[in-house]
Amino acid sequence: MENMVNVYFSGKRYSVPADLTIMTAMEYAGYTWKRGCGCRHGFCGACATVYRIKGKNELKTCLACQTQVEEGMYVASIPFFPTDKRTYEIEDIKPTQQIMMELYPEIYSCIGCNACTKACTQDLNVMQYIAYAQRGEFEKCAEESFDCIGCGCCTVRCPAGISHPHVGVLARRLTGKYIAPETEHLKNRVEEINKGEYDGLIEQIMQKPITEMQELYNTREIEK
Amino acid sequence: MYTPYPENMMESIKKVEATRAERMSTEPRRLTADEKDALLKEFHPDYNPDAFAEIKVGPNKGQKAPLELAEMLHSTSRILNEDIDITKIDYDVDVLVIGGGGAGSSCAIEAHNAGANVMIVTKLRIGDANTMMAEGGIQAADKENDSPVQHYLDCFGGGHFAARPELVKRLVMEAPDAIKWLNELGVMFDKDADGRMVTTHGGGTSRKRMHACKDYSGAEIMRTVRDEVLNLGIPVVEFTSAVELLKDDKGQAAGAVLLNMETGDYSVARAKTVVIATGGAGRMHYQGFPTSNHYGATADGLVLGYRAGVPLLYQDSIQYHPTGVAHPVQIQGALVTEKVRSVGAQLVNAEGEAYIHPLETRDVNASGVIRECEEGRGVEAPSGQKGVWLDTPMIEILGGEGTIEKRIPAMFRMYMKYGIDMRKVPILIYPTLHYQNGGLEIDGEGFTKAIPNLLAAGEVAGGIHGRNRLMGNSLLDVIVFGRNAGKKAAAKAKEVELGSMNLDHVASYAEELKGASADTGEVSPKLLPKYARHER
Repeated sequence: MENMVNVYFSGKRYSVPADLTIMTAMEYAGYTWKRGCGCRHGFCGACATVYRIKGKNELKTCLACQTQVEEGMYVASIPFFPTDKRTYEIEDIKPTQQIMMELYPEIYSCIGCNACTKACTQDLNVMQYIAYAQRGEFEKCAEESFDCIGCGCCTVRCPAGISHPHVGVLARRLTGKYIAPETEHLKNRVEEINKGEYDGLIEQIMQKPITEMQELYNTREIEK
Repeated sequence: MYTPYPENMMESIKKVEATRAERMSTEPRRLTADEKDALLKEFHPDYNPDAFAEIKVGPNKGQKAPLELAEMLHSTSRILNEDIDITKIDYDVDVLVIGGGGAGSSCAIEAHNAGANVMIVTKLRIGDANTMMAEGGIQAADKENDSPVQHYLDCFGGGHFAARPELVKRLVMEAPDAIKWLNELGVMFDKDADGRMVTTHGGGTSRKRMHACKDYSGAEIMRTVRDEVLNLGIPVVEFTSAVELLKDDKGQAAGAVLLNMETGDYSVARAKTVVIATGGAGRMHYQGFPTSNHYGATADGLVLGYRAGVPLLYQDSIQYHPTGVAHPVQIQGALVTEKVRSVGAQLVNAEGEAYIHPLETRDVNASGVIRECEEGRGVEAPSGQKGVWLDTPMIEILGGEGTIEKRIPAMFRMYMKYGIDMRKVPILIYPTLHYQNGGLEIDGEGFTKAIPNLLAAGEVAGGIHGRNRLMGNSLLDVIVFGRNAGKKAAAKAKEVELGSMNLDHVASYAEELKGASADTGEVSPKLLPKYARHER
């Protein structure tokens, strides 16, 4: 007999194999996911989940696809949470402190409770990246928030009503577009292509017979 | 001693550690063309004759497809016997984009910017897509020692000379502009202090042209283009599947019948051009393989397009990524990015031998792993799954302490959740179902072969990668062909005049199935995999 544990989905008890994740345990119990299930590998944030172990006080947050079941786990999926994304024209905004003030003024209402950091399923220092955003230090905010998958567990727990993942996205887009140094070789190559400098060569290689292509491919020099 | 694995695995690790110093000073030999062919024929799953069936109806009649896909093609529409009033139009747009992944989103952005009234419908949420899960990077020949022609050669050769030249041309020639476009939208590529892109090799590349955003490359791209879609105010109808294309009396595409995944209600979208960008098929679990794909990857677009008369290309060519997780069981089949090998990890068998070059093309490396396991040089995990080692501690020795956390943080995090520190011990891998190399056949402009105002972009389209795709060419493909489809669909919409809409092709396909005695009695597309266990 497999090693089984008791878990509670929305309060209802199911006995499931102990080596399953919350996601596969619900399927074992007979549920078919519609919401609350996306990539199933920890990259999309669709399966934000809260749980409590019976008899323990602490409320935990996790991704259902990345978390193994435990005995006495009371689980609730958060299939949707109303975050508040503001819209902007990326071409028109500038990476100044002002822009956060305009788009996400609520970040200045942060009370420093650190519930966001405790809730983060990626173990990011969420409160710290919000602090960077407050100060207009977008590059630091971008770096600190980079691994965010947008599950929104931070937002669920925030008493100030901050939609942290959206703040991170804004900081990263500002950093990627305006703050990170420009790439000269990329600009040059796009210009060369637009000027038609590769047109002749590409037409030539497209016309080559397969045998010649095989020879070219099999003997091509590989950069060390 | 640090022992995160059971005893048999730790025993094998001793052998891996014993050979590490010597392995680090030598690069494993690359296989010759003949050796690669022989390895593929003997061990690649595409060569397993029992896993394919003949297609009995439609444009590819007589050709083979994976059993599970053939079953979908031999099933009828779920709306065949539904009474749906298609004259009642719920959405009326210029461009209908089916699918909210990388291709669909970049398509919608370009269509919008070209002035079209565009809408996205997507089965799950926008961004619930394989794009989000792409880890390693995106190719573009933008460095001085590289050129689009060199990229063409790598792509065409890596795909066994089967790709369509006009598609490869677009892929490689528009690659640098795709990177520039993403960068200007704010994607944070890995750069050095001078702005030069940090680039590495992928399997089968002859130049270091793999651009990355740590090992969240696809996620960084997806969340940026998604943010842009939302900024532009493009309507996104989520949890809504296109279950059938609509056609008009001139044989044009005219929109789609949509299914609300939650309520079960149908609605009708009319459009002057339609773009199928529904992605891949990993959740079909061909040959019983686990998959690295997202929950909705069920080949929907292939079924929709095929039933409407669009031919498939290379539908029998599937990519198994050589390094899926073999242990622990909770994440079995999850992708271990090729970048782990790009930054230095070797593939090592149970005896501690680096039995192959770690950056052969994916089909070759996958076949190599299968061979090692079948011939007794694999390591067995507690689940019974066999695998070989990916020697990750090499990365820290080669790149210095901290390289793993900096370059592949997602991988580090994924394993640490199960107490496995890949800086200290190697990880066990086995091939996982990763990508459909083939798909709906398109021309050089992105239009499907049979229907003049129907386009396909991204993984659902076939012919760009031939019979094997290189790492980093799929993120590139979704952006290049997504953008292209958006521009072309917007332009085409200006000249299309729709006639009266019908679903005649659905009925005639059902008739054809009956005539061929091929009807499975099931409905398709599948929409979601059946994972729920029911005791009775």
